[in-house]
Amino acid sequence: MIELGHLAAFLALAASLAQGVLGLTGARALAGRAALVAFAVMVLSFLTLVVAFARSDFSVALVANNSHTLKPMLYKIAGAWGNHEGSMALWCLVTMGFGAAGALWMRTGRETFEARALGVQGWLATGALGYLLFASSPYLRLDPAPLQGAGLNPILQDPALAFHPPMLYLGYVGYSFVFALAAAGLMEARIDRVWAKEARRWSLAAFIPLTLGIALGSYWAYYELGWGGWWFWDPVENASLMPWLLGAALLHSVAVTEKRGSFAAWTALLAVLAFLFSIMGAFLVRSGVLTSVHAFAVDPRRGLLLLGGLIAYGGFALGLFALRAPKLEGGKPWTILSREGALVVNNVVLVVAALTVLLGTLFPLIAEAAGRTISVGEPYFRLTFVPMLAALLAILPVVQAWSWGKADLSTLWKWAAGGVGLVVIFLLLGVGLWDIPLGAAFGLALAFWLIFGALWELRRRAVTLARVFRLPLRVWGMTLAHIGLGVFILGAVVETTQRYEATLALPAGGSGTVAGWHVTLHDVRAIEGPNWYADKADLTARKGSARAEMAPTKRYYPAARMPTTETAIHKTGTGDLYVALGDRRDVDGETRWVFRVYFNPLIDLVYLGVLLMGLGALFSVLPRRRKP
Amino acid sequence: MWTFGVAAALLLAAAALAFVALRQNANLFYTPETLAENGVPAAGKEVKVGGWVEPGSLTYPGDGSEMVFSIIDNSPASITVSFTGIAPDLFREGQGVVAIGTFDADGRFTARQVLAKHDENYQPRELRPLGAGPDQNAS
Repeated sequence: MIELGHLAAFLALAASLAQGVLGLTGARALAGRAALVAFAVMVLSFLTLVVAFARSDFSVALVANNSHTLKPMLYKIAGAWGNHEGSMALWCLVTMGFGAAGALWMRTGRETFEARALGVQGWLATGALGYLLFASSPYLRLDPAPLQGAGLNPILQDPALAFHPPMLYLGYVGYSFVFALAAAGLMEARIDRVWAKEARRWSLAAFIPLTLGIALGSYWAYYELGWGGWWFWDPVENASLMPWLLGAALLHSVAVTEKRGSFAAWTALLAVLAFLFSIMGAFLVRSGVLTSVHAFAVDPRRGLLLLGGLIAYGGFALGLFALRAPKLEGGKPWTILSREGALVVNNVVLVVAALTVLLGTLFPLIAEAAGRTISVGEPYFRLTFVPMLAALLAILPVVQAWSWGKADLSTLWKWAAGGVGLVVIFLLLGVGLWDIPLGAAFGLALAFWLIFGALWELRRRAVTLARVFRLPLRVWGMTLAHIGLGVFILGAVVETTQRYEATLALPAGGSGTVAGWHVTLHDVRAIEGPNWYADKADLTARKGSARAEMAPTKRYYPAARMPTTETAIHKTGTGDLYVALGDRRDVDGETRWVFRVYFNPLIDLVYLGVLLMGLGALFSVLPRRRKP
Repeated sequence: MWTFGVAAALLLAAAALAFVALRQNANLFYTPETLAENGVPAAGKEVKVGGWVEPGSLTYPGDGSEMVFSIIDNSPASITVSFTGIAPDLFREGQGVVAIGTFDADGRFTARQVLAKHDENYQPRELRPLGAGPDQNAS
């Protein structure tokens, strides 16, 4: 079976190569057909891999190293991409998927341009597949086949994490097609409104899954790691945040190019960078230069190959950019105090924020090369990233009402008064009444400012309330995304500054109080699952008339010789009561169990906000409503 | 022209901000040996310390929620670490750990977070130069 998959992957390589050559010679129809063939055979190839995992075929080395007969079926299948080789196969599959989608759905009416875009995509697929087949092949047999597999890394045995990699890869690799469009546009030195209309759709198609993929990963970290938080500024998280920030900048920039023809060179550059940062993310995560739970294949040779690919793609695209950018045509004139000017600020801040994250992520590596071991944690990002984005978001409600070319500033004083008023109200309430930190009061003001600003803009565009629902979907998309930002900030500020946490060491029958919740431990029992056994605590938490039975669990996976934490989360209207079971301790001859208890206020708003941003992007990419 | 002015100003401000933030917030890493050489860092400044958990040093002085242990390396020095919270899954005496936290004026280290080996293959990056720990043959 797996040999069929191996053969199919070689066919896909041949088809991608054909797509690359035919595309660059301008044969749109043939390159499109090659892209469809490449995708079809790669689907077949990937399926043989999935089937090998589903059937626990341990004669396949990858399955033997990463799976186990006792695993539930969902995780057997997800195991296909829960390892280095399988995830690279997924990367190839998605690259070809975007090539095929491009072949079917590009609509610019420019044959040579589309052929070249498919051609570049073909070369990207060839590179990825070459790496898969010759440096990290998932198709290798193992002889003799072991009777049992080594098991999936147990912390990956989780529903959110089964779908996190495919989502994230749809996002990362989605930018490969945006990259291809930019390269093709630069080749003919034509980055204009028609180009931007096409590129915008694909940028959104990548942005939506990237957003959801990051949210899934964050949600997993929240309930699986047992640390109570939802973002740790871990290098791996940063690796996905950087392309997201560039992708967000790109969405705003490409909209200007589409509407006004301006920012052509900058938009093309961002389109290239979004994909380069995606590959860099893969390089950082996969090469093992940064340690993390994701570095499951620490192999310097692979890291070098990925770095080589990054340099080759980057050199090609940036070289092309340097040659062609001066020949690009400018759009309509504008001054700094205009919608264009505001979007310049948006783009500069988002890109600088991404560079700040890059610096914080790479600085430990640089210092290590200089002989010092240091790490950069959350305080650095709180001092750099957070104020930058806060400043950008503070001007958002004001400037989004500005018109193209030159803004009407006659209402500026009203906005300024409104903004200052809001800040004063929240400072008085926050510092005076609620006793929260100054920064948190500013954060809350910012959150409401954004939500109010987005709704105000919607109303302004509709002129009358009755016409709000007849506005174009992309206006709704923008509104939802900006409301989502506000909701996210509300959740993030409240959760980060008002989180309550405590450690309890309880004997059976003992109790303690955390954040007003009275927690009683009944007992801790040993239980068994399909491929794990566990200690399961039975707790009752009470606060006033509210009562919750909670069962935090600690699992142990014998195949991988590794424990995991299964937190218990009780949702209240205002936040999550969150309990993680820790180790067993003998204190003065008595057995006690350690619990970490958190109250995470408004944590759901963090995820709701991100979902709203994704939904907003979805609304923006949906086809126009037909006029009735 | 406008664009470049705005961009340059923002970039400069960001670079200054990042520089200051890095100077103040990059956590230095100490082993017992480097700590003995360089002296205890200023009280309250967040740093990382790492080494092996000294066998026999783990105690629970209070109701069990606080754990106190010593970490050692190949030098005669050691660091006493206090941590209130859940020990990492693979925390054992003799095992390599990295703790993030602050020293107080007496040179005692209070950890905010303790990281241990994540699974059988993963070792905290900072500990790689230390080599195998005392318990590697025992288990």
